[in-house]
Amino acid sequence: MLSKRIIACLDVRDGAVVKGINFEGLRKAGDPAELAARYNTEGIDELVILDVTATIEGRRALAATIREVSSRLFIPLAVGGGIRTEADAAAVVDAGADKVSINSAALADPTLVTRLADRYGSQAVVVAIDAKREGDRFEVYARSGQQAAGRDAVEWAQAAEARGAGEILLTSIDRDGTRAGFDCPLTAAVSSAVSIPVIASGGAGTFDHFLDVFTGGRADAALAASVFHYSEHAVSELKQFLHARGVPMRL
Amino acid sequence: MARRNDTIALIDYRAGNLTSVRKGFAAIGEQLYTPASPADLEGAEAIVVPGVGHFNATASLDDEWRTAIKKEVFGGTPLLGICLGLQWLFEGSDEAPELAGLGLLKGQCFRLPSSVKVPHVGWNSLEIAHPAGLLDGIPDGTQVYFTHSYAAPVTADCLAGTSHGATFAAAVQGGSTGVICGVQFHPEKSGEAGLRILRNFIGLM
Repeated sequence: MLSKRIIACLDVRDGAVVKGINFEGLRKAGDPAELAARYNTEGIDELVILDVTATIEGRRALAATIREVSSRLFIPLAVGGGIRTEADAAAVVDAGADKVSINSAALADPTLVTRLADRYGSQAVVVAIDAKREGDRFEVYARSGQQAAGRDAVEWAQAAEARGAGEILLTSIDRDGTRAGFDCPLTAAVSSAVSIPVIASGGAGTFDHFLDVFTGGRADAALAASVFHYSEHAVSELKQFLHARGVPMRL
Repeated sequence: MARRNDTIALIDYRAGNLTSVRKGFAAIGEQLYTPASPADLEGAEAIVVPGVGHFNATASLDDEWRTAIKKEVFGGTPLLGICLGLQWLFEGSDEAPELAGLGLLKGQCFRLPSSVKVPHVGWNSLEIAHPAGLLDGIPDGTQVYFTHSYAAPVTADCLAGTSHGATFAAAVQGGSTGVICGVQFHPEKSGEAGLRILRNFIGLM
């Protein structure tokens, strides 16, 4: 049976992981390659590197980071953050990313989704959607949650699929950083409306939150950052926890 | 005599990025060369046909390429098709019915049923029927990474199947030479098990 995926996100700025990490024995705190190797040993199913750099120097550091991580890691690697053009995507793919995640640029020009899918295959194109609850619907936001896009999350996910997206990375703006749990109604609404896999993001705080999003939320994968950074064995313990409760896992 | 280090041909027909496949082989100490023309295949000790995307992409492998690949394969050179590369080894695919596959293996590729999410993306288990050759040392139930919508049928050449709505060929080895191999999953993205399978393939040389 197809396993549900547990994905770790590394927020990287100028080549270093920015969110706090307190693993013992790391040679250098915040070294993405070392942290990636650690997660791999723990059994993480996939990694996302989210670049939060704004400078040209930082973008060059990103390519070096991707090269270093991908030369030692033989699981899927997605890279997102600041990818606006085919050239941006080519830079991260050539460095070793298996998937590129695009967000604001896809909203501004949805043909970018199709162009990237034609060039690299749909499996390499992840459309990231940041959504915020507004009454009984979910509004899409661009520019790191700063700007309402005037689109409905379910409708945009379907449009992205039709354009050639291979996966949807769905982040709840309301839950992001709260550790109050994933937004299961949002995730279920999008997952039920598309055939491509949906990765739930935003709000992970406890193991039960993952169980909820894989059952009620109908997520195909769940992504978290700091919940994994703060504990040595969180990934393997989480997977054992979910497996024991009937969620198909790769152990 | 030591083998030259660049005698494994990686066929680049513009169906996706080959960086990960190169890195996977590099991790087991193997460098690949990309033949610029079919003539460059001569003397290859092994051939790898990667590929992602639509079956139409295999149309780039024209008669000249097909003839050159078959010549090497029928001379006993091991061949490994990965993902779309595996599907191409069969007679054809419902994804592009007007296009013939290489036909080294019997059967027609089909679309996974709509009763499950398609594409099939993620880690799924190998149901191993023949734990030998390409799958030497790989325990039954080992999980590997897939991303595809079409799949090859389970035939006598199938070493392992995987189930997603239907059971399909996850790993094959056979054909007229016994070393015509293919994997539907991505060994270069399947952790230690995937690298072991790449090593096993090199062991067939």
